[in-house]
Amino acid sequence: MQGTEVGTVYRIGLVLLACTTTNLIPLSRVMGQERAVLLNVSYDPTRELYQDFNAVFAEHWANQTGTAVTIRQSHGGAGKQARAVIDGLEADVVTLALAYDIDEISRRGLIDKHWQTRLPNNSCPYTSTMVFLVRKGNPKAIKDWSDLIKPDIWVITPNPKTSGGARWNYLAAWGYALKHNHGDEAKAREFVTRLYKNVPVLDSGARGSTTTFVHRGIGDVLITWENEAFLAMEKLGKGSVEIVVPSLSILCEPPVTVVDKVVDKHGTRKVATAYLEYLYTEQGQRLAAMYHYRPTMAAVAEEYAHKFPEIDLLTIDGVFGGWQQAQQAHFADGGTFDQIYRPGG
Amino acid sequence: MNIVLKQRSILPGFGLTLGFTLAYLSVIALIPLFGLFLRTAELTWGQFWATVTDARVLAAYRLSFGASLIAATVNVLFGAIVAWVLVRYRFPGRRVVDALIDLPFALPTAVAGISLTAVYAHTGWIGQYLQPLNIKVAFAPLGVVVALTFIGLPFVVRTLQPVLEDVDPEVEEAAANLGASRPQAIWRVILPELWPVLLTGFALAFARALGEYGSIVFISGNMPMRTEIVPLLMVMKLEQFDYAGATAIAVVMLLASFTLLLAINLLQWWSGQRHSGLGS
Amino acid sequence: MFQRKSPGTWQTANRPVLATTEPTLIRYLLAGVAMLFVTLFLLAPLAAVFAQAFSEGIAVYWAALRDADTLASLHLTLMTAAIAVPLNLVFGVAASWSIAKFEFLGKSLLTTLIDLPFAVSPVISGIIYVLFFGLHGYLGPWLAAHNIEIIFAVPGIVLATVFVTFPFIARELIPLMQAQGTEEEEAALSLGAGGWQTFLRVTLPNIKWGLLYGVILCNARAMGEFGAVSVISGHIRGLTNTVPLHVEILYNEYNFVGAFAVASLLTILALITLVVKSFAEWKFKQELHAIRM
Repeated sequence: MQGTEVGTVYRIGLVLLACTTTNLIPLSRVMGQERAVLLNVSYDPTRELYQDFNAVFAEHWANQTGTAVTIRQSHGGAGKQARAVIDGLEADVVTLALAYDIDEISRRGLIDKHWQTRLPNNSCPYTSTMVFLVRKGNPKAIKDWSDLIKPDIWVITPNPKTSGGARWNYLAAWGYALKHNHGDEAKAREFVTRLYKNVPVLDSGARGSTTTFVHRGIGDVLITWENEAFLAMEKLGKGSVEIVVPSLSILCEPPVTVVDKVVDKHGTRKVATAYLEYLYTEQGQRLAAMYHYRPTMAAVAEEYAHKFPEIDLLTIDGVFGGWQQAQQAHFADGGTFDQIYRPGG
Repeated sequence: MNIVLKQRSILPGFGLTLGFTLAYLSVIALIPLFGLFLRTAELTWGQFWATVTDARVLAAYRLSFGASLIAATVNVLFGAIVAWVLVRYRFPGRRVVDALIDLPFALPTAVAGISLTAVYAHTGWIGQYLQPLNIKVAFAPLGVVVALTFIGLPFVVRTLQPVLEDVDPEVEEAAANLGASRPQAIWRVILPELWPVLLTGFALAFARALGEYGSIVFISGNMPMRTEIVPLLMVMKLEQFDYAGATAIAVVMLLASFTLLLAINLLQWWSGQRHSGLGS
Repeated sequence: MFQRKSPGTWQTANRPVLATTEPTLIRYLLAGVAMLFVTLFLLAPLAAVFAQAFSEGIAVYWAALRDADTLASLHLTLMTAAIAVPLNLVFGVAASWSIAKFEFLGKSLLTTLIDLPFAVSPVISGIIYVLFFGLHGYLGPWLAAHNIEIIFAVPGIVLATVFVTFPFIARELIPLMQAQGTEEEEAALSLGAGGWQTFLRVTLPNIKWGLLYGVILCNARAMGEFGAVSVISGHIRGLTNTVPLHVEILYNEYNFVGAFAVASLLTILALITLVVKSFAEWKFKQELHAIRM
């Protein structure tokens, strides 16, 4: 122990020294000379998946081509991440929470218009869904969406304005209400309004919400990504929370694509494309499944089928007519989400 | 009276230093800020007005201005007591407390945010005792006030301290000899001296609180219409690719800041006047 | 001007004249209120940082600090401060020289402009650079065509930091240099000293503690800035994450101990700042006092 402590002090000292002496040279230059460098700009809960996947892919790429590749990661709320790419964050690939955010980047001319057809399965190598995380023993007996609008239930979900996951949450609740009210939009709006009246904290991203629920102990139920729920149980909960699967949820399709303008500029199209395609290989699919994303490759999906509960899943295209329409109706300024918080709304 | 552009001086370097100052200021601040106004000009007046008076934005102004006002008031009240105790009394640990006052200056706001949240959340050290009293601090408007009080405290204490040190005890003695009670002496003799500085401290704390972002996002809970501060709303607009909206609100905040700064400079000039009139 | 003892030596405790102090009970009450306030608002959050950082033992604490990304963020933060602080130092000295030693039209407007970053939200300071240097900003397309990275790279982080911290040194120096007046410099010049010589030999020794005080504050703020840098950084792990941003990232990775461990680094830095600052302030007061006498 002593030795390592000294080592740390020494290293911090070295860093300090290095700063004062050498450099005004941006790190990227130093790093970017010999090896290919990819920047993957992603949303909140994929940190763990890509940490592992990047290492596996780098090894695979080195074996195949003999060249090294370094993959850098940036994570945050999906909206923030897309905004950064639009403003010039030079992402070679984006792996975001929903298609709308990539469409926004594409609208600014950075990505080909038909990006979603470039890779199989609408460019979604894995899918997920939204489930509930409740306190151990489910003391408030939360079984389904209809329980979330009861007056004494506190619901934790992030802000749909900034979080992709939160938009999926919102739409899942809306879809549930539609189905149980025979497609009555007004009833659905009332349902969702009552649900959000029970939300005491709106964090800006999925991660913030999980922290609020699990670590700060606020709320009775957290609506979150299935993968995030599993991960939170493993990493944080350790017997303090459990997963509840609602009767109906939404099929979440987090898409991936290369950013054309950037890869052409960096000359990284080949490795970037290979990187994303590797997500579709058996190896990539297994990793996704291990991190609780639902694989799309039939063989792997079958193998891990026991992990993922069967849920009735509605789709964004089927219920809401695609992301552009859903975004305009619900999340744009003045949309249904804003109206919830209007006085008397 | 003719206007003098620059008074004569035998000191060199005026052109060089003023030129450098203006150039630096322009590159770093003025030109980028001008860009902000330019971007807002892309909106018509009607669009601009609709954006900055939207119900949600109004609610955010209310919270930002309201919480900053409360926090600055709390700071003036308690900051005055703290400054008084630090200047007038001697007790063990005084120097440590005195140094500690500057902590909010030096502590990064993000760190302040997570640690205040840890302390005041209902599972935290202080929050757990407030919970039974039904007082919610973290993730409620009160949390915003607490964080803003934290960051504003040094502004009040540090503007008050030097002036309190300068208050001559002989004046108080004189007041006492003339038969004034202690509260009367404080109210009639000391407080009038302090008004301008108290106001300056208040305005400084208020201005700083108005723009605060780092610590608030952790503790407020960020609820639309309830605990959403104006800077957060700007970030949110930005993340929705609504640049015009974000800059429109930024312009409003910028004008508010600038007005406050002018007020502060006037106040300082005022208290300077009084001091030179009284002191020497 | 009446004769007075050096500031701070006048003590109620040594001179319990009832007429100029409060009854004992009130004194204790006031001191108690002040201490309670300081404890609740300053001491508790300070202690919380360390309590959380060490909550899983020193080994976990050290492991968090040894992490490669932590070291990279430390590197970036130190580098940013190493560029921003000297720039602002030159600015602060130049600005205070022109403002304090000369009378000219628009001086108070200039002083107000220098104060701007104190009052402008850090978020706005980030946004203005995005509007300017972003891909869709005024200079963005040209920068992209010439392969110059500003935002989401080190230059942008430095710029935002410079903006947020430029008033600190100027703000400390202007009143000090104003109080000192111009007689000493004029004397030196009339004795034949050059401009630079006068500045280095006469002005600089007079302001050195005030200068140090400003540099320390500027440095602390530069290393701790969150809002402005957050808007402009791009959050690339190990590349454009400063220490405060890294704290947020660790916090969002359920690594609370790590987050507070790294936060404790910043806190220790803040405490060191306070100690040095108290010392500089003490010297600074002597400097100011020497002028007033």
